[in-house]
Amino acid sequence: MRHLSYLAVLAGCLLGTAPLELLLGTRVYARSRRLALTLVPVLAVFVAWDLYAIAAGHWTFDRRSITGLRLPGRLPLDELLFFLVVPVCSILTLEAVRSVRGWRAGDEPPPGRPAPGEPAGGRPASDGSEGRDGSGRGGGGG
Amino acid sequence: MSYTELAAAGVAGAVIADLWLLRTRLLTRRIFWVSYAIIVVFQLIANGVLTGFGIVVYDRGAILGPRIAYAPVEDLLFGFAMVTWTLSWWIWWGRRAARRSPASTTRHVDETE
Repeated sequence: MRHLSYLAVLAGCLLGTAPLELLLGTRVYARSRRLALTLVPVLAVFVAWDLYAIAAGHWTFDRRSITGLRLPGRLPLDELLFFLVVPVCSILTLEAVRSVRGWRAGDEPPPGRPAPGEPAGGRPASDGSEGRDGSGRGGGGG
Repeated sequence: MSYTELAAAGVAGAVIADLWLLRTRLLTRRIFWVSYAIIVVFQLIANGVLTGFGIVVYDRGAILGPRIAYAPVEDLLFGFAMVTWTLSWWIWWGRRAARRSPASTTRHVDETE
């Protein structure tokens, strides 16, 4: 089981932040397209950094503590997942702070427009709805 | 380049991107710093586990030496760069969707953002 150590740390991060999505209505996973688009530049830069660091010997991994699955460049699968999990947790935190405090983050729609992904009423969904309504939302334009 | 140099460059790059390239200016907002204060605590814990248990091992020649919760101080810079870069892009994509989607098309928001 020890080879799952690294993955266990990542699983802990995901489990620890899951209540933010489920209880605070952060709608990070729900906005999957925006999330995926965000992760592309993050992966591009940090995987490149990681590959350089691994090649230069800046850091190494305990073979007994990782899955052993290596991607091109000897990048452990665990590391790739790190660069997905930690950004997701960071975004969840930001959105949780926004849900609780209502502070602006700079992506609010211009006045008079409902926020993307939110009902025309403007308030973030905080009732745990999954954002997959696909129903007639917005039909009346508010 | 050493990890120290790369980490400093990473922070500089993330700051430049946020303030001037993406113009998300998250670094000027309270929501960013409160979020980061929360994130950094858990980052130190996760990093502490990864380095304290020797899952990730650092080359002493590539770091300055001081450590926080087992992890090299450079990890703080690495983490800050990653969080800033991530959140800036998250806001950038959100802002782009907010500006592009007129109210009349919000029924498609989950697809268009």
